Amino acid sequence: MRDLARGPGLRLRGDLTLPEGRPLFRSLDFRAEPGVWTCLLGASGVGKSTLLRLLGGLEVAGTFRGEASAADGAPISGRAAWMAQSDLLAPWLPVRENVAFGARLRREKPDWARVDSLLAEVGLKDWAGARPSALSGGMRQRVALARTLMEDRPIALMDEAFSALDAGTRARMQELAFDLLQGRTVILATHDPGEAARLASRAYVLVPDPAGARLAEPHRFRTPPLRDPASPDALAAQAALLAELRKPPVGEAPEGRAP
Amino acid sequence: MRRFTDVLVSAAGLIALWALLVELADLPPYMLPSPWRVARVFWTDHATLWLNAGMTIWESLAGFALGSAAGISAGIALMTSSLARRWLGPFLVLSQSVPTFALAPLIVLWLGFGPESKIVVAAIGIYFVVASNFYDGLRRADPGLLDMARVMGASRSTELWRIRIPAALPALGSGLKVAAAYAPIAAAVGEWAGASKGLGYLMLYANARLKIDLMFAALLTLAVFGLVFHALVGWAARRLTSWAPEARQDP
Repeated sequence: MRDLARGPGLRLRGDLTLPEGRPLFRSLDFRAEPGVWTCLLGASGVGKSTLLRLLGGLEVAGTFRGEASAADGAPISGRAAWMAQSDLLAPWLPVRENVAFGARLRREKPDWARVDSLLAEVGLKDWAGARPSALSGGMRQRVALARTLMEDRPIALMDEAFSALDAGTRARMQELAFDLLQGRTVILATHDPGEAARLASRAYVLVPDPAGARLAEPHRFRTPPLRDPASPDALAAQAALLAELRKPPVGEAPEGRAP
Repeated sequence: MRRFTDVLVSAAGLIALWALLVELADLPPYMLPSPWRVARVFWTDHATLWLNAGMTIWESLAGFALGSAAGISAGIALMTSSLARRWLGPFLVLSQSVPTFALAPLIVLWLGFGPESKIVVAAIGIYFVVASNFYDGLRRADPGLLDMARVMGASRSTELWRIRIPAALPALGSGLKVAAAYAPIAAAVGEWAGASKGLGYLMLYANARLKIDLMFAALLTLAVFGLVFHALVGWAARRLTSWAPEARQDP
């Protein structure tokens, strides 16, 4: 494996109030363990992306009072890579330039040897000169992964990074990403309990609440990732996370009651 | 190739209709000359037509270049500076509510009868469509891509040069296409306001002498030039932004 510095532990504490005055979360205290994958589950709109954006130092709708910090005391800014549900490839640039895009944006000279070796690692050596539009969705997401690795950052923030892929491609991408991101602190927002059950060292569910979303007790796994989806630990985790996700939101009538 | 034959077929249809109308309504040549009379003028007066067309073409191309440069600069200024959005934005819109036709005599008064005034009229006629299309494209760059660039540590200026401008090129291309079709018309309008050469001038001259066939020939020359220029700019824009999906099929 790569000899990489371990990613730092991360913490996000605070309150976020939406522009219309409703709290999105109140006294939230989210922690990510150093050097492993932390998965963040929850319904759409509960604030998973917002939490990731705050960690990445991006603008969010509303006012945030609190802080995002790394356990080692150094700032997060400049140490994180970003991966989203859509591949975010620049359609006007060939694959090779897309992988080197970060260096270009910082006006640095790209390390082309590394670009080519990363493209080989994600299995796209022969596609270096192709435009993104010539690639399938799975291939494009592999280019995005190569671009993330090219950044060589100790922290990876992934917002539904595998959600747009079909089941088979998704499983292969998860394995590839897990393998290539060893030692980094990865936070993956997802709505798929199965994905969390395979990849996470710790999995949180963000529970909606009119008074502000809160984190449920994290699921604790007995075996290390990457887990076989058919293993008892993965199946148990999937069931437990799904059960947490299925709970009706606070303040709504429980299921089965007549109107 | 197929589009070319389509153009030929519709042109032939239009000419047939025109000939039929002249024939059936028994119109005198000073009302509506037949296609044959106009074709004969193309032959007999080709030197006059060429001379005047050359002038209008030069004015249109220079006006297109000037107006496009102004439009591109305005788009970038609007994108990068909130001061420009506040002060230049309303002025841009205001300048469009004054018709080119009304401005042309003033500009001829200020800049004279030569080609300069027509170049400026053409530039004023087109810069807005270039500016507004380009600014729209700059603003509509993929927000996800911009977020990623921010996390990667991009500055505002690299964000502009490496993301917003490339992403806005297809929009700029459609603005330039419209501008290419309109620039010759604006140049001719400038010539109507006062000139001694050019297709617009030739139209007025022929009209005043009831040489309607010559007027038609000048009009057709102007139209053909506008079409060809529009097609050339469209072709160049498509080639330069071949990655954009919407650049493939539009008229």
